[in-house]
Amino acid sequence: MDNLFLKRIQSLRDRLSYMQDIFAGKHADSVSLLLQKLDEFTEKVNNDSLTNPYDELVALEDLFKYVEARLDASITPLDKVRIVRHPQRICLRDILENVYDNFTEVGGQDEHSIDPSMVIARAVIIRRRGKKRYTQSVMVIGQEKGHGAEFRNGGSVKPWGNAKARQFMRVAETEGIPVHTYIFTPGSFPIEDYPGAAQQIARNIYCMAGLRVPVVSVISEGGSGGAEAIGLADKRLMLSNGYYSVISPEGAAAIEGHCRGGERPSQELVEKCACNLKLTAEDNLRFGYIDKIIQEPPLGARSYHFDFFRQLRQEILLATDEVVLSAKLSPFKKIGVSHRNKPGVNLDEMYMRWSLTQSAKTRLVKKRQNKFLKLSREAAVDKRPFLTKALHTLDDLVMTPVNEFKYEFYRKHQRKIHAFLEEAENEWDVFRSWLRKPFGKQEEQKVKEAVSSELTSLSTWSDGQRHKRWNYLSPRYKIDQAVTCPNAEIYGCPDLWGPDLFAEFAGVCSNCGHHFPMEPEWYVRNVFDVGTVMEFNEEIEAGNPLEYPNFDKTIRAAQEKTGCKSGCMTFEARIDNIKVVVAMLMGTFRGGSFGAAEGYKFVEAAQRATKNRYPFIAYVHGTAGIRIQEGTNGVIQMPRCTIAVHRYIENGGLYMVLYDTNSFAGPVASFLGCSPYQFAIRSSNIGFAGPGVIKSTTGMDVPPHYHSCYKAMDRGHIQGIWDRRQMRHNLIQALQTIGGRNLYYR
Amino acid sequence: MLNISDLLEQIKQNPYREIVVRTPHTGVVNFADIKQGQAVHGPEGQWKERSGTRLATLTRERNPKPIYAPEKGVVDKVYSEYENAFVENATPLVTIRHHLTREEVENIILREALHLFRAPERAKYYFTPEIDAKMKSSDPGSVVIRDGQELFIMSRMKRELPLYYSGPEGVIYAIYFKPSDNVDADAPLIGVCPQEELPNIKEVIMRVQTEWQEN
Repeated sequence: MDNLFLKRIQSLRDRLSYMQDIFAGKHADSVSLLLQKLDEFTEKVNNDSLTNPYDELVALEDLFKYVEARLDASITPLDKVRIVRHPQRICLRDILENVYDNFTEVGGQDEHSIDPSMVIARAVIIRRRGKKRYTQSVMVIGQEKGHGAEFRNGGSVKPWGNAKARQFMRVAETEGIPVHTYIFTPGSFPIEDYPGAAQQIARNIYCMAGLRVPVVSVISEGGSGGAEAIGLADKRLMLSNGYYSVISPEGAAAIEGHCRGGERPSQELVEKCACNLKLTAEDNLRFGYIDKIIQEPPLGARSYHFDFFRQLRQEILLATDEVVLSAKLSPFKKIGVSHRNKPGVNLDEMYMRWSLTQSAKTRLVKKRQNKFLKLSREAAVDKRPFLTKALHTLDDLVMTPVNEFKYEFYRKHQRKIHAFLEEAENEWDVFRSWLRKPFGKQEEQKVKEAVSSELTSLSTWSDGQRHKRWNYLSPRYKIDQAVTCPNAEIYGCPDLWGPDLFAEFAGVCSNCGHHFPMEPEWYVRNVFDVGTVMEFNEEIEAGNPLEYPNFDKTIRAAQEKTGCKSGCMTFEARIDNIKVVVAMLMGTFRGGSFGAAEGYKFVEAAQRATKNRYPFIAYVHGTAGIRIQEGTNGVIQMPRCTIAVHRYIENGGLYMVLYDTNSFAGPVASFLGCSPYQFAIRSSNIGFAGPGVIKSTTGMDVPPHYHSCYKAMDRGHIQGIWDRRQMRHNLIQALQTIGGRNLYYR
Repeated sequence: MLNISDLLEQIKQNPYREIVVRTPHTGVVNFADIKQGQAVHGPEGQWKERSGTRLATLTRERNPKPIYAPEKGVVDKVYSEYENAFVENATPLVTIRHHLTREEVENIILREALHLFRAPERAKYYFTPEIDAKMKSSDPGSVVIRDGQELFIMSRMKRELPLYYSGPEGVIYAIYFKPSDNVDADAPLIGVCPQEELPNIKEVIMRVQTEWQEN
């Protein structure tokens, strides 16, 4: 037998072992049949007893093909998870070698890279028109799992890997070439070392929200924040056996099964969670979070599926062409799109220039932003009455041009008008003093008396003020109980009496300054001017868009407990008479988890702040991350809200984030972490993943206080730490100093 | 002169330290489910982040405060007469017999046998170049130092001062500082033992390391 023959047998053996791995004990009859047939065939080969070996091998290969096709129809979501994680699965290097005509790796080579799990390459695609050949460059960015290469870390990218991706996105922007991103990650590597997992993902998403070149992404394994770090694209394609989810099914099962201390959830629960999370390509297409599914060969694409690579190349070309066409103002663009979508068209033979004019780039970015802002609105329960919605629309229609006039026209000419009025006033003053000269002596005497009285009288003391320091007291102050400070052993803090601690002390230990968590109401009532808080969109409710079992009851219970309809409260208020828009994430509502309703309200708040030209403050009373029971409806809020923030900042707004208690995961890794001004209240914790998750994913033991706000400040993630009792004062000062001359707007 | 072998034998006869766990303040005591002879453990983990076995709960002003075992050992006595009683500050609750660890025994012996030369103030300390060269060429045990000898350079905020050794003549047995780290005032810098005692100490320490049984 020749080598090729033996290789084909080995290939069948690999296919069989792949099948065994991805089905993990299921479909045992089909697998054992194939095993038996293959063993019999191998034995015959060894004994040299085959009469017609090549024909029999083809027959066996056909049997494999038939069984694979039959089993492909019964693949479950968890099987897909196993497919994308299998070492035989296609990886980014396979794509670079088979989809592109040539490439140069620019972000390091193999293990000699700042992070081998992130691969970046300048690749070229050669297209033809007639006899002429055109070379088109792209920047390819993606996670590299390798075929079981240990140093690739399974595609789990460290913060500096994501920083490298962002650096080369900027390079692509400078060069005006499209970016193709390939998502092969189970999630980001959850460490806080500079630049920090969460903060870097946030910067990446913010960068992609305004990237002025076409971006096309392909999702194979889209694990939450790691996927979003390179996933905000004009077109999002997904491989048919891929998954895109807020959390791995194992992680969801561990939470669902209340597993602690490294305990593993049962396989049935993992399977159930994989189904409930609705993480497949079909589900995501239905939700609208991806644009197209690329069909894979039965049981998933592997490195030898060259037809699949050809198909992927066509899909990538089509997507890039469509994105470029959509940004152009060409009269032929509809014809171009429909012509490209005809079956059997070879895009290699249709050249189209991918460069864009400045105005087309602006349209491209706007289109991308609008696309994401429209997503997931149906996933929240909008119970606003028709009249409210109509008034809201009317307000938009009226106030937008009014504000445009006020800020774009009047403010521009304000200086000239003021200068004229000032001059006129000076002249009037001179004239008035000349008129009053005969009666001047009496007035001078009165002024002298007033000054002397002010300087000689004692200042007044009002004892009542002492008791009226806070407008709102935590209800816990009524409980006659002593409380132990968590730092008592270190600093020797005495026990604190509850009525003192939760009333006069504002939840702050009088010895060491430890901040006990307070209710969100405390901040609403004590930080902002009394009577100025006006909540809006309170009727938008958290729902159960995936129909996750029993989650309706859980949400209702949270609503009854807190009296709020969602975990985000948005309001307009005044602070020292400065008007602001505030989005408050409340840790009391399901641990401050962030879902579609919260995202809806956050985006609306950012848009309201943009429209009215108010400063926008995100006060994070607490957030545990994206609400896992909402699946990708939750995770899509990361790019959505970041886009809303990006628009606001680019329009000249002042966006400030203030963290309190515990802030983790998705929100920090997107619309909170991207803020240029981030502050924290003392004793708060900020990070990407909690100690338990870090231990289970990386194996690292996490030292105490790893996520404390002081460590976050040491790492450069936040800019300052405030005492709760000084929050109002510090906020006013920050608004006045950071806000600049026009207070809140550039 | 101290007989180190006798000291070790003395420790071996009673290899325990008795720890009396007392109330940190007044309050009503409720003992956890512990009995005499029961093994308890102290804080665990790389950073001692996991508390030891809970021994009792002390409640004052409706504030229950758990009291944990400070070290590994066996419960020797539970003062169960205080169960549900209001007690004063520093009332004994539990006595734990802690079996000495190898390091603890070594520390006891070395504390008795060595003369500790301590840091006069918080600063970084370096050996003088001559002593440093001698120690690099041979082991620290062969470097003899005398009273009044210039031994260290004390460095603090670019201010460098010579530091003279004061104490009995001997060899440097142990070095307790790193040149790059700041040393707190009164922390030991070196342990010095008489030259003739050196083999004896080494032998006893070797015996501790090989023979001492840890529970």
